[in-house]
Amino acid sequence: MTEHSRASNGTARDLLRFATAGSVDDGKSTLVGRLLYDTKSVLADQIEAVQRASVDKGLSTPDLSLLVDGLRAEREQGITIDVAYRYFGTPKREFVLADTPGHVQYTRNTVTGASTAELAVLLVDARNGVVEQTRRHAAVLALLRVPRLVLAINKIDLVDYDEAVLAAIAKDFAGLARSLGFADDAVVTIPVSALVGDNVVERSERTPWYEGPTLLGHLESVPVTGPEVAAPFRMPVQYVIRPRTDELHDYRGYAGQIAAGTVAPGDEVVVLPGGARTTVAAVETADGPLAAAAAGRSVTVLLDDDIDISRGDVLASAAEPPRVTDELDATLCWLAEKPLRPGARLLLKHGTRVTPVVVGAVGERLSLDSEVPTWEPAPEQLGINDIAHAALRTADPLPVDEYADIRATGSFLLIDPPTGNTLAAGLVGTPLAVAP
Amino acid sequence: MTATLPIAPASALDALDALESEAIHIFREVAGEFDRPVILFSGGKDSTLLVHLAVKAFAPAPVPFPLLHVDTGHNYPEVIDFRDRLVERLGLRLEVAHVQDWIDDGRLVERPDGTRNPLQTVPLLDTINEHRFDAVFGGGRRDEERARAKERIISLRDAFGRWDPRKQRPELWNLYNGRHAPGEHVRVFPISNWTELDVWRYIQREGIELPPIYFAHEREVFRRDGMWLAEGPWGGPRGNETLKKRSVRYRTVGDGSCTGAVESTATTLDEVIAEVTASRLTERGATRADDRLSEAAMEDRKREGYF
Repeated sequence: MTEHSRASNGTARDLLRFATAGSVDDGKSTLVGRLLYDTKSVLADQIEAVQRASVDKGLSTPDLSLLVDGLRAEREQGITIDVAYRYFGTPKREFVLADTPGHVQYTRNTVTGASTAELAVLLVDARNGVVEQTRRHAAVLALLRVPRLVLAINKIDLVDYDEAVLAAIAKDFAGLARSLGFADDAVVTIPVSALVGDNVVERSERTPWYEGPTLLGHLESVPVTGPEVAAPFRMPVQYVIRPRTDELHDYRGYAGQIAAGTVAPGDEVVVLPGGARTTVAAVETADGPLAAAAAGRSVTVLLDDDIDISRGDVLASAAEPPRVTDELDATLCWLAEKPLRPGARLLLKHGTRVTPVVVGAVGERLSLDSEVPTWEPAPEQLGINDIAHAALRTADPLPVDEYADIRATGSFLLIDPPTGNTLAAGLVGTPLAVAP
Repeated sequence: MTATLPIAPASALDALDALESEAIHIFREVAGEFDRPVILFSGGKDSTLLVHLAVKAFAPAPVPFPLLHVDTGHNYPEVIDFRDRLVERLGLRLEVAHVQDWIDDGRLVERPDGTRNPLQTVPLLDTINEHRFDAVFGGGRRDEERARAKERIISLRDAFGRWDPRKQRPELWNLYNGRHAPGEHVRVFPISNWTELDVWRYIQREGIELPPIYFAHEREVFRRDGMWLAEGPWGGPRGNETLKKRSVRYRTVGDGSCTGAVESTATTLDEVIAEVTASRLTERGATRADDRLSEAAMEDRKREGYF
């Protein structure tokens, strides 16, 4: 943290990125609306616009979903088509909320929202408890290694604030979460009514038996996990900074955002995939050199030796380097309408490198239809929203970590060469605890 | 076999540091993957912030992109003066597309209401084509407007400059996909995840200079559609609109015909931040007439190629 970040404006606040999941009827839009409204993040002109549009539609009460459904087609159809990002803040923390639609395209949207989330709020309807959609979303959140979950049991007003109902759902879900690999202390269950406002921002007097935090209280106080600060150092090189001026004639800085770990002058690093070793001479930012920098920060690294390094290379801890390989066993989340056929020649983006890739055999597919997610035999081809194991061979060797160990160097995109479209989210290894 | 998901220790970055690092990452990705990027620059606070972040992303080397100002001709003199001083001080290249040139040679027709904000799209797209720009940075933020909340950080535009919100690529982790065909380009929004308040706090923290119109000053203004508009070449006051001297400041910089001022006494950054914190109106709701044209005004303009 730089010194001036706290200057003249009180205390520095941190940032929590979180996502919502849950099916439409569980009241997700109402919950998002309630969070925004009760934290005073919705301003008068936005509320007026919603009231005006609600009257135009012949409604007697304001339709709060209009606050969040930003596209013409969404308002026309009354559905949420695409992930949207919302912002709000409290005196304690800033929030970026990936507001994902709960509709048919569940996997694609949940994957997109969960990829950057440090916490996910999973909604269930207190009247229905854990349903198929809950299991699907929980499995995808586990697969994407979202570190923390909130199970928000919504509509408690509709079950008469009955503690026994809530306890049964919580117990049911705890079993599912454990089977998916979530540690017990990573899951918090909160009974809420988004409609009435119970335990969302204000504590409810109607749930005297509940002693935990409100949803907002929990979001404000949960430790921000952030990128993998404790992991070994990784930094994909984005850009080589060479001023080529008289006074900076020999300056050669490797710019990037630290993907994992920390880096400090004197650290031994290896340049991959080449394998050259050298020592960090300086870690710089535009504001000056740093004694050390941690995951998440964009820096420029200067090295002791003149080595040929370019965009796409990865600087990594020499003591604990990633594996360099051109054969990947990975889990693919297929996001596109266009199906995947084995043998497909695509492009793969990993860190800052794009390389041709051939998809070999498609292995087991994750079935989310049963009580507990299970891997079932491979289908002929993958379709939209499928999650499956696959073997890939890349043209260039890649320095990779298991996604379960380091999200940033264990993730990649598959891209369609003719259209440039993103086809799949890729996770190195098999990052779901469910046994095949 | 049951693994336990790890819980890593707390991140070291505060909110503004995290947003700054993300924006710098986006600038460097585009510099690495595109041939001819350009930064759209209006002299407003968001594009001034963009230029500041670009300088930080490539220091001590110069910013490897030029700036492009689509000039409606309806400017506040203080803003043009600020623009020219900034370009001079940072040694940047500036392209200016004058909307007036398009009107003069008949490619555009002045609107009856005199506002030129919607007229910017054609000069913008023509200039992008002419210079073969393939990545166009803008200071758009998702908190500004609900159609913008749906916008990707790197967002593909077709050969006609159009945005199709239903065909957006999913954006995962911090792996941005900038693939595009010849003739297509992308719009890039490095400060997508910032709020108006983040922008102001960062401007204060970094000591970034802004045009003086962002701070309260005495100005001759007239009332139209509930906003205070300044006198200028865009027409006004008309009919029974009368000029009055008021202490005002601007929350956004845009075409003078549709950008309103708010009454204010905030002359320092501390006072501006206090005022923005307490405001019950969004910046666009308070001061931008063009967003009031219809329920989907922003989306419709974006579909045509506007920012």
